[in-house]
Amino acid sequence: MDDLKAAKKLGLKERYALMTRGLGWDTSYQPMDKVFPYDKFEGIKIHDWSKWEDPFRMTMDAYWKYQAEKERKLYAIIDAFAQNNGHLTLTDARYINTLKLFITGISPLEYMAHRGFAHVGRQLRGVGPRVACLMQSLDEIRHVQTQVHSMSNYNKYYNGFHAFTHMIERVWYLSVPRSFFDDAITAGPFEFMIAIGFSFEYVLTNLLFVPFISGAAYNGDMGAMTFGFSAQSDEARHMTLGLECIKFMLEQDPDNLPIVQRWIDKWTWRGTRVLTLVGMMMDYMLPKRVMSWKEAWEIYFEQNGGALFNDLARYGIKVPDCIGQATVDKEHISHQAWATFYQYGAAADFHTWMPKPDEMDWLSQKYPNTFDKYYRPRFEYWAEQHKQGKRFYNNTLPMLCQVCQIPMLFTEPSDPTQICYRESDYKGEKYHTCSDGCKSIFDHEPEKYVQAWLPVHQIYQGNCFPADADPSKPGFEPLPEVLKYYHLNNGRDNLDYEGSEDQKNFTAWRDLATKN
Amino acid sequence: MQIDLRTVTIKPLRQTFDHVAAKIGGDKPATRYQEGTIGLQAENNFHYRPLWAPEYEIFDKRRTDLKMKDWYAFKDPRQFYYGSYTINRARMQEAAAAEFEFAEERDLGRSYPAAAKRRAIDVLLPLRHVAWGSNMNNSFCAAYGYGTAITQPCLYQAMDQLGIAQYLTRIGLLLDQPEVLDTAKQAWMESADWQPLRHAVEDMLVTQDWFELFMAQNFVLDGLLFPLIYQRVADSLAAEAGLVLSMLTRFQVDWYAETSKWVDASVKTAVAESSDNQALVSDWTRQWLERSRAALAPVAKLGLGAGSEAALSEVLTQFKARAARLGVTI
Repeated sequence: MDDLKAAKKLGLKERYALMTRGLGWDTSYQPMDKVFPYDKFEGIKIHDWSKWEDPFRMTMDAYWKYQAEKERKLYAIIDAFAQNNGHLTLTDARYINTLKLFITGISPLEYMAHRGFAHVGRQLRGVGPRVACLMQSLDEIRHVQTQVHSMSNYNKYYNGFHAFTHMIERVWYLSVPRSFFDDAITAGPFEFMIAIGFSFEYVLTNLLFVPFISGAAYNGDMGAMTFGFSAQSDEARHMTLGLECIKFMLEQDPDNLPIVQRWIDKWTWRGTRVLTLVGMMMDYMLPKRVMSWKEAWEIYFEQNGGALFNDLARYGIKVPDCIGQATVDKEHISHQAWATFYQYGAAADFHTWMPKPDEMDWLSQKYPNTFDKYYRPRFEYWAEQHKQGKRFYNNTLPMLCQVCQIPMLFTEPSDPTQICYRESDYKGEKYHTCSDGCKSIFDHEPEKYVQAWLPVHQIYQGNCFPADADPSKPGFEPLPEVLKYYHLNNGRDNLDYEGSEDQKNFTAWRDLATKN
Repeated sequence: MQIDLRTVTIKPLRQTFDHVAAKIGGDKPATRYQEGTIGLQAENNFHYRPLWAPEYEIFDKRRTDLKMKDWYAFKDPRQFYYGSYTINRARMQEAAAAEFEFAEERDLGRSYPAAAKRRAIDVLLPLRHVAWGSNMNNSFCAAYGYGTAITQPCLYQAMDQLGIAQYLTRIGLLLDQPEVLDTAKQAWMESADWQPLRHAVEDMLVTQDWFELFMAQNFVLDGLLFPLIYQRVADSLAAEAGLVLSMLTRFQVDWYAETSKWVDASVKTAVAESSDNQALVSDWTRQWLERSRAALAPVAKLGLGAGSEAALSEVLTQFKARAARLGVTI
């Protein structure tokens, strides 16, 4: 860091303190509680903000310099990939569907992180954490933009990318990631830090990014791989911020422990449920697979996360209870999710397909306890039906979990042949959840979760048709109207990969580029 | 698998995303600024109300009295997205770093004439806190504003002001011992010369209408403060003691010239939208102009002595001409 090397009299830490926390002051013309109105209501007690240890010490000039260098390199690669039709070097155009899942489901969350950290970066009373949060806010707008910019070229040639901002607000399965972040940002600033800064950025981020980025690398996607690698040094900063934040809260007052523990329990489960989409992507959507979801869970959660929780044990933090169920679920959820997307492939903005025989064999090998017993027979039946020209699409709508908003597709931890339902009563109404984890989250804050914009309920209430649709007209067909409301081009964005425009175009373009 | 591709031209199915095409007049090639800005903020079907502000949606147009048919009517003439922003600032910091390095190598702080040094310290160092206030105000706009077109540059502005506070800190460390920063903070907290300005800044910190805050901070206060300090006071110090301080505040001068283009474009867009907006923006401007002028008078005196009133009044005249050019009535 350039400016710091000139420090002769001051140590790095003192100099950085003058550059950051030295700038703040206790207001007296306006009460501090009015300037910072949101950092007390959650019950977290902070006695001394000056005890905050800056997790990294980067002045703005150093930040600009290093980040600009990364941006120059990244955009050079994105440009080269686009100019050389890099998309034609992919293993298989099925891979592109993982990118559709990413731009519609993940990139808008990066944007929300940007706004969320701007909010927390304004509201926490301590200057040290504010500066760190604002830098993360700035990094997060980088991430959404580099993702959009590297997928911009795919949007030019492939379907399903064209309306990602519209879809995240409407399409049924996208309410899963959307509501996750809406939940975090509408919580208080400390809960946001535990939800995103700690649980998401620290505990679960590797399970999201390593599979996507390695998946990109394995499948010849230089563009996506590069933005992933380029984001890694930012992520390292975000992880240290998340960890410092939880330690700071726990060290400030023993009364903070039960509150923090409940948030960790909640957000670990919430995050685990969202990651179902990643599990499905790893096991089913990557033409060339990196590792199975189960293996990723074991390495990145059970081993790495286990070590982290061991570290936190000295503060009294316990491993969340929901981990018991997640350990059972790791052998099931990717198959259950893909089976659901396959059935509802008419209402998604990416293509679905049944795994080929050699891919089923890979799944058998990776999931010796479950795949052949519970899932292969159904998948082979569907593949056979498709071969006979009877591709199965489910035309009824599934019930959604009131908390995670995933269709009720998960099974009982004790019986993989029974769908798991939980029920709560609140103000004379019944609310349904998919698991003990989600039920416990609901029961703790029912007044929050009853607000959820559940896509299936909304469709049944008639809120998901274009303005000019008339459901009372004889012969009214709801599904095509819902697809219009989603801005989903029926026949181009959705349905089976086999026979899709993406498949035809990719084959034709690649032939053009590789044959004389 | 290595695939060798021949260079072929394939016809794209579309040029850009639907939400971008809808704002730029159809499906045509879009810039990175456009694809990285337009429509990124969620607008519909929010799941939950904020626990900390249940009267609002997560993003809510009602957080300001300003009304816009289309919040993407705001445009940043610099076309800053993260990449272009950081690359631009990296260039500016490189120039500033060279000036600081030059001054530090030759120990220009020590040889700087004592009276000018005193004056520079007295005027510039408490401004660290003003810049920090602007960081808070602009992060407020970035958090609670509506539409990425205006919230994105507000975050850049917030981070720039943190950078400015850090450059001012370095000036203090170059001219004197670190304790000088404590003395300046004490002046900020207690000295009569700084209280009207601190009072105004603290009132901004509790202003809830984010566009009013945008006007108060970026248009009005900075519109007076930057010309006053970085032109008038810097020129006066240069006349007395050479160009050292002008070198060390070069970032602020370049920055103000550049960011004013964005601030002006935003004000102009807001005012041109409707006569209601014009009246509202004019009211805010008048109100904060009077406040800022009065708050800066003792600071101008610290920096310029006897000539301060004339200088401030010239700055004010220039500001009024700028406001009139943008359609603001004062």
